[in-house]
Amino acid sequence: MSYQWDFAPVFASAPLLAEGLGNTLRLTAVALAFGLVLGLALALMRLSPRPWFSWPAGFVIEVFRTTPPLVQLFWFFFALPMIVGIEMTPFIAAVVTFSIQSSAFFAEVFRAGIQSIERGQWEGALAIGMSRRQALNRIVLPQAVTRMIPAFMERAIELMKTTTLVATIAYADLLYDANAVAQKTYRPLETFTVAALVYFVVIFAFSLLGRRLERRLAVGGDSTVH
Amino acid sequence: MVWDFSSVLANSDALIAGAIGTVRLFAICLVSGMTFGLVVGLGRYARTRWFNWPATLFVEFFRNTPVLVQILWFYFALPIVAPFEISPLSAAALGISLNAAAFSADIYRGGIQSIERGQWEAARAIGMGWGQAMRRIILPQALKRMTPALTSRAIEIFKSTTLASTVAYVELLQQGKLIASINFNPIEAYTTVAVIFFVILWPLVQLTYALERRMKRAE
Amino acid sequence: MTILRVRGLTKRFGDNEVLHGIDLDVVAGERIAILGASGSGKSTLLRCLNFMELPTAGTVELDGKTVGSERGGGRIYRERDLTGVRQRVGMVFQQFNLFPHMTAAGNVMEGLRTVRRQPKAEARARAEKELARVGLAEKADTFPAHLSGGQKQRVAIARALAMDPEMLLFDEPTSALDPELVGEVLTVIRSLAEEGRTMLLVTHELGFAYHVATRVIFLAEGAIHEQGTPDEILKSPKKDKTRAFLAGHRQFSF
Repeated sequence: MSYQWDFAPVFASAPLLAEGLGNTLRLTAVALAFGLVLGLALALMRLSPRPWFSWPAGFVIEVFRTTPPLVQLFWFFFALPMIVGIEMTPFIAAVVTFSIQSSAFFAEVFRAGIQSIERGQWEGALAIGMSRRQALNRIVLPQAVTRMIPAFMERAIELMKTTTLVATIAYADLLYDANAVAQKTYRPLETFTVAALVYFVVIFAFSLLGRRLERRLAVGGDSTVH
Repeated sequence: MVWDFSSVLANSDALIAGAIGTVRLFAICLVSGMTFGLVVGLGRYARTRWFNWPATLFVEFFRNTPVLVQILWFYFALPIVAPFEISPLSAAALGISLNAAAFSADIYRGGIQSIERGQWEAARAIGMGWGQAMRRIILPQALKRMTPALTSRAIEIFKSTTLASTVAYVELLQQGKLIASINFNPIEAYTTVAVIFFVILWPLVQLTYALERRMKRAE
Repeated sequence: MTILRVRGLTKRFGDNEVLHGIDLDVVAGERIAILGASGSGKSTLLRCLNFMELPTAGTVELDGKTVGSERGGGRIYRERDLTGVRQRVGMVFQQFNLFPHMTAAGNVMEGLRTVRRQPKAEARARAEKELARVGLAEKADTFPAHLSGGQKQRVAIARALAMDPEMLLFDEPTSALDPELVGEVLTVIRSLAEEGRTMLLVTHELGFAYHVATRVIFLAEGAIHEQGTPDEILKSPKKDKTRAFLAGHRQFSF
């Protein structure tokens, strides 16, 4: 049995696929931005000595780390609108889900980074009269963030891969559009292969960028560790 | 609004069928993914490029594409060229296993590389071959160090099984969808599914934390 | 004039009481060397004075004003209270605790910029002045990773001095240094002593304590065991524990 490969119908749909890729990138960027901010907030809450800060943060982090993202997405898309009584577009549901989901992971990255800074750095800052907040912003976080960059890149890549789940709630990302093209052209083999390769190229490029950053930090690491 | 779980409970047999499907898929992916991952990991560690390059290519490709894309490729694209039918279970198992293999390969490689050269040299010095040294000296030590990472990978595999619902494989989320559409109760149905996953996985997550803590103390 | 008055200072870590009710008065211009075996509580005492550790009980009074506020029989310390005290009581650590992501000048400027809200140029000028004082004018733009241990500690001293502290605390400032680097740091501390600064110094350098201190306190098991002039304590101690401690440190020469 020999199959005649024909990519022409797929390439004819390139504009639609490009639009899908654009939506994938947009969703990733928005969720990443919210996820980072929320993740830092969760990490700071979790590190707080006050239980009414640390417990809710711990709860959110645990729940979103231990339940499958697709279940979360369905919950926010199908269940939440009925509870709060508002319409949810697929995009909003996806942004909410993936922001919180990635923030749970980012929170642990932030927490590990902050805890990796020696106590002496806090004391050095407090000893010249800084408040805890100033010490965190000026002394601890700048050092922690440099150490966290590899873990951040890894999580950002995971996030981009996770965004494919929105295809299941009919948001027109790359995967959803590829599926549409496959059905229209009757060329699922070519279409899904192209889609997989596009994902690979984009995500692999980010991976390489992350690794280069990591290497550069490892080489320049002398100046951050004494 | 009033939460009413009775309609979900009335369909508990559907949920049990889903749970069995989830566990079956998880078991297949765990065993095949981690076993194949070991082969690939050793391949990446090998000095000969005939093992090294294909293994590296495999890892890079499957680490850097979304699992859902892989599952859909196996389900919709592969049957065009394959001389056999692909069931939802096979498509999901293939996608998730290969992805798990790529990730665990890197864990194995990292674990093996973390063992000091002195251990190799000591094994060689008493006359062991490469295979013997790997099996008797290096792997047992490396596996211990890898346990936390492998456990979190297992948790990720368990979460990935929900993706099989996109090809209508009968697992927990798929059954949740079914219950929600029959009874118009998405709140209770999806909350139940989320709670089931949380109850199963939370102890495992705590276990990885404990393992990591113990490793740190041991260092 | 008494600038620091400590009464009944007690510190517990869990069940372990490290300090049992210390009383201490520090007069302006005094230089107090605190000696004691490891575990005697000398570092903890110092760290309680600028609230790196919060006292479990007792009071610390700075310029006649008791730090913190009373509540329910104990004291509570608000962040505002503590940052205020720490600006007036400088501290130099055993491990330097320089900020590795800032240059030497950046380290010295940091408190001026962040805490005092000084303009950059003003803070920079002050940092250069303080670095010159510790002999490191030419290292202003060097990162800590490229400084020797002795240089790091001198930058740390400049960082403390930039805040115009009324009193300086030195917590074993030379213990982490290679022997050949100890001298340069002690020289700087000695020059500060000659300016008449008030300082408390936890150290193992008994010879240095003898020459620089105006008073020596010997701490044992979390309490002041014996105190007096350097001659009284170091040359003719009256108590057995002090004698035993000094016997273990006989290698120093006066």
